Amino acid sequence: MMARTSTAPATPVLSVRDLSINFGGVRAVQNVSFDIASGCIYSVIGPNGAGKTTLFNLITGVYVPTAGEILLDGQPVQGQPPHRLARRGVARTFQNLQVCLNMTALENVMVGAHLRLDRNVLKAAFRWPSLRRADQALHQEAAELMRFVGLEHALEARADAMSYGALKRLEIARALAMKPRLLFLDEPAAGLNPRETLEIDELIRKVAVSGVTVVLVEHDMKMVMSLSDRILVLDYGKKLAEGTAAEIRQDPAVIAAYLGAGAAGETP
Amino acid sequence: MIRPVILRPMALRPATLGLVALAVLVLVLPLVISNSFYLDLVIRIAINAIIVLGLNLLIGFAGQISFGHAGFLGIGAYASAVLPTHFGWPPLLALIAGAAAAAALAAVMAWPIFRLKGHYLAMATLGLGIILNLIFRNEASYTGGPDGMAVPAMELFGLQLSRDRQWYWVIAALLLVSVWASLNIIDSPFGRALRALHGSDVAARVVGVDIARYKMAIFVMSATFASIMGSITAHYVGFVTPNIADFFHSVELVTMVVVGGMASVFGSLLGAVLLTILPQALATFEGWETVAFGAILILCMIFMPRGLLPTLAARLGSLRFAVARLRAGRSAGESDS
Repeated sequence: MMARTSTAPATPVLSVRDLSINFGGVRAVQNVSFDIASGCIYSVIGPNGAGKTTLFNLITGVYVPTAGEILLDGQPVQGQPPHRLARRGVARTFQNLQVCLNMTALENVMVGAHLRLDRNVLKAAFRWPSLRRADQALHQEAAELMRFVGLEHALEARADAMSYGALKRLEIARALAMKPRLLFLDEPAAGLNPRETLEIDELIRKVAVSGVTVVLVEHDMKMVMSLSDRILVLDYGKKLAEGTAAEIRQDPAVIAAYLGAGAAGETP
Repeated sequence: MIRPVILRPMALRPATLGLVALAVLVLVLPLVISNSFYLDLVIRIAINAIIVLGLNLLIGFAGQISFGHAGFLGIGAYASAVLPTHFGWPPLLALIAGAAAAAALAAVMAWPIFRLKGHYLAMATLGLGIILNLIFRNEASYTGGPDGMAVPAMELFGLQLSRDRQWYWVIAALLLVSVWASLNIIDSPFGRALRALHGSDVAARVVGVDIARYKMAIFVMSATFASIMGSITAHYVGFVTPNIADFFHSVELVTMVVVGGMASVFGSLLGAVLLTILPQALATFEGWETVAFGAILILCMIFMPRGLLPTLAARLGSLRFAVARLRAGRSAGESDS
């Protein structure tokens, strides 16, 4: 594997402190803490229902935590709505696709640039020249992003006519159109065939090299182990382990959780 | 294999063609129509079309339903009737005051509603429309009650609009500008944000769209638009009754959006044309016209749930695709798009 040079972590771009959320009696995430260094690929793994997607929803503002802190560059952001967090460079994709099927593929990517554009309605209604020029430039940029994620054949496609794998990439292109600093990818390889998975693997590397910090939830262990600088393991909403791929592979608690080796006794 | 980057969305070219066709139609119609009954019908269609364009931005593109738009029409109509008659305001100022009142009312009402999830707007606007209708009906000392009241003539820059031909050109110009502006809005950052929050509100929020603000903006805009058109209707007809703000009028407007085609600008026009003409055409059924009207709507919904224009366009598209495929013989396996 082409190991990327993992730079020494300076200030964490994201710090999570004792984060918890309860849905009624269900404690979906309990006292989870971790730091993510700028520029790395950080993965979150765990069995189904471990709280991975909930964790993503908490950090990206879709859910409001019951307790705990989320620090972006040292500043608390917990409880802020997603559109505020978007302004601070937080982007994400979704496990269950969230593509706007009432728009073309290219328009979906263009929506990602929402915050960078002039959103004035009156200027829009009367085809204000500066607004038109910006939109034309954005067309080019969105098309380039679609090429970057390998969707060059779908430039003119309607979103509702695209395959599952293509839509997964389209979500990544939309997220990249935000020019994010932190990109959360929720199971980008789920439901893809081995060839497509390899392509996504390649794509994530390219994104990380371009300077975006990537946080990944993924079930494909081969991909996670080869890509990740650090890995967080969740089980029943709790942090089970954290470390490099090598450390995680040898962690007895992780092995017990995954293989179900009876009576490991580590998790109460 | 790298294809050249497309510079404009594919929706743009047919739209430009449609706009040109509409402009030609608008220019030719008065030459063809000599009968004042038909000219009146065309003007009424155009007025409805403009209202429906604004409503379609709200319903079809942003996915928010209003069952009280006739109430906003009523605000404009009665502002243009009451303010000049009882308080001596110039008509143009009355129109602006009505629009401002409609905008303020829409904003005050929408503020709490768009903080909630779900279709509360439909319920709230339903109530609002009914309340406004009651006010117009019962404040007889100002509004003339159920019998309605006369509306003074509209003056534009010292010129009185009185003849149908003059009205035709004013409203035709308004229609063309409205269609053009709608097409522009849809294909702009603002319009994409609206369509995105309709397509997936989570996705829209995550890319930075403040969805409550956007829903509010488009609701206030379409209410303002409706009020202005209410004023214009009142001046054109020269008389206003509470029926303009009737609940059934609201339903009729929503029906024009749905039958013509949600999220289709030219569908709105088609919906306005059909549903303005239909009651006249069905008048021969004498008493059964409401039944016939309802049956047509039900059939439309069953067989063309996306609306007339989008369904027809899709049929045409698949037909063209089939023909192209036949010509190409057995085409390659990629059958999507």
